[in-house]
Amino acid sequence: MIGKETATGRTVRFTFLGLWLVFTVFPLYWITVTSLKAPGDIFRFPIAYWPEHFSLENYTDLFSKADFGVYLTNSLVVATVAGAVATTISMLSAYVLARFEFRTKSALLMAALVTQMIPSFIALGPLYLLMTDLRLVDNRLGLVLVYIAVCIPFCTVMLRGFFENIPDALEEAAMIDGLSRFGALFRVLLPVMRPGIVAAFIFNFVNCWNELFLSVTLMNSDANKTVPTALNGFISSFNIDWGSMSAAAVLTILPTMVLFAFASRHIVQGLTSGAVKG
Amino acid sequence: MSAASATAKSRSGPGRPSHKGGAPSGHGARPGRRRREFTTRRGLLIAAFMAPAAVFVAVFTYYPMIAGSQMAFRNWKLTDLTDTSWVGWKNFHEVFADPAWGTVLANSALWVVGSIVPQLVIGFALALWLRRRFRFRGLYQALVFFPWAISGFLIGILFRWLFNSEFGVVNDLLQKAGLIDQPIAWLAEPDKAMIAVLVANTWYGVTFFAIMILAALQSIPDELYEAAALDGAGKVRTLLQITIPYIRTTLALTVLLRVIWIFNFPDLIFGMTGGGPNNETQIVTTWMIRITQQGDYGQASAIGLLVVAGLLVFATFFLMATREKREVKP
Repeated sequence: MIGKETATGRTVRFTFLGLWLVFTVFPLYWITVTSLKAPGDIFRFPIAYWPEHFSLENYTDLFSKADFGVYLTNSLVVATVAGAVATTISMLSAYVLARFEFRTKSALLMAALVTQMIPSFIALGPLYLLMTDLRLVDNRLGLVLVYIAVCIPFCTVMLRGFFENIPDALEEAAMIDGLSRFGALFRVLLPVMRPGIVAAFIFNFVNCWNELFLSVTLMNSDANKTVPTALNGFISSFNIDWGSMSAAAVLTILPTMVLFAFASRHIVQGLTSGAVKG
Repeated sequence: MSAASATAKSRSGPGRPSHKGGAPSGHGARPGRRRREFTTRRGLLIAAFMAPAAVFVAVFTYYPMIAGSQMAFRNWKLTDLTDTSWVGWKNFHEVFADPAWGTVLANSALWVVGSIVPQLVIGFALALWLRRRFRFRGLYQALVFFPWAISGFLIGILFRWLFNSEFGVVNDLLQKAGLIDQPIAWLAEPDKAMIAVLVANTWYGVTFFAIMILAALQSIPDELYEAAALDGAGKVRTLLQITIPYIRTTLALTVLLRVIWIFNFPDLIFGMTGGGPNNETQIVTTWMIRITQQGDYGQASAIGLLVVAGLLVFATFFLMATREKREVKP
């Protein structure tokens, strides 16, 4: 397709690709190796590129000396609930935006676009005051509500794309067969869209799982902190304990990487295997 | 298509409900009544389905943003809530009067340009080289796209450890390679810290460019390359005269989007240096968060308004670029 490749071209290409792969993977390798060293070995010369003594002490410390289990649970609960609710709400708005024409439609789409251009942390102060008035500061429900609002615009646009990929004919056929509009939506459209919906949920989940500034602002007490808020506490101390820090980083990154690997497959599937191919 | 025309369409085809409408037709009611009932039901459905999303975004995103903008003109300090009087442009004067503000602006520019250029160049090269199939290409893509799943804050922490002055692996590798004699205090020396955060951001951001450019490259018809080959065009000429012109719009849009996004990206710096040493890596958004955390909501809101104003200028460029796209596409 792009012409023949010379032997030199091939060497250059694979050298470059190889170097970039090493550059990409190395930091992840390094944080993992650090986390698996015995705590004392992290600060020892010469720097070891493979743990001399494998140890899970950094990980067990996280749960015994710090409340990492609490933070993980908080993050998991908040991200799951906010991700699921935001996906459900976005499904409804995306459906309407994909299937109907109405006067305020372009204004609504513009309103969604604006939230993507202006970062969510721009109004941290006013948001804090609003949440104080609602008595939702340092409250997991409060954080969930804010995260839902943060997730909705992009999730709506993403799901709208999935809806638009499904031909109208599918619903029309279902409705001719006697299903109501709701029946067509829930029993025909949504099952076809399942891979896209799963991908949208994963995006939401990962974004909430990773979010820092809103949770730092809204969550004060140790019992309510999410993982990023807790990590922010770790790095704010004068002497960072890199053993615990690396273990915490691995535990935070691992779920998102697994989910993303999973989601990308679903997105491709969602785009290529619709029930009716256009 | 307006609501009225959707209704008209469904009336013109009795017995076959239009997908744009909602009510079943053929109840034998008079057309006028049916139409009103139909439009109301349709309107109700739209309103009911849009309402939850609209309420959430209005209350938790737009309300703080709009309510917050008036704070920029008030004396709003968490430390003293008894006096929240209107102060006109005082907060803006304070922003500009701060000796750090000039540094913050210059750093932001350096942060955006210094991130975009390597991300674009490496992302472009990666996309060009990934275009041709090879064994394990799928696995390769999955591996090099991994940084995309990690939060900016954690990437900051990751590279904070890599660039650690004493036990950091970057110094160790550079010393082993004979490039430096003494370990460098990357995150503590003024001109070194910015290099370190830019390396981290390059590591993170190349993926996005690679994905966007690869998708654009795959949309170029093979015939163009075949024609170029017949005309005897070499690799460089093909790249400059076919590939780049063809994906020019995608390139422009991607760069503009990324400029906005990188400008608004305090997470990585926040985790890596916290803006230090001595504000050397402080950018506008990290500065704003710092001032928010100090409790001066008035001044933070003033910076927020300045950011939004700056973004509007960029959005204008963005819209101009999309308009060009519409004209180019047949």
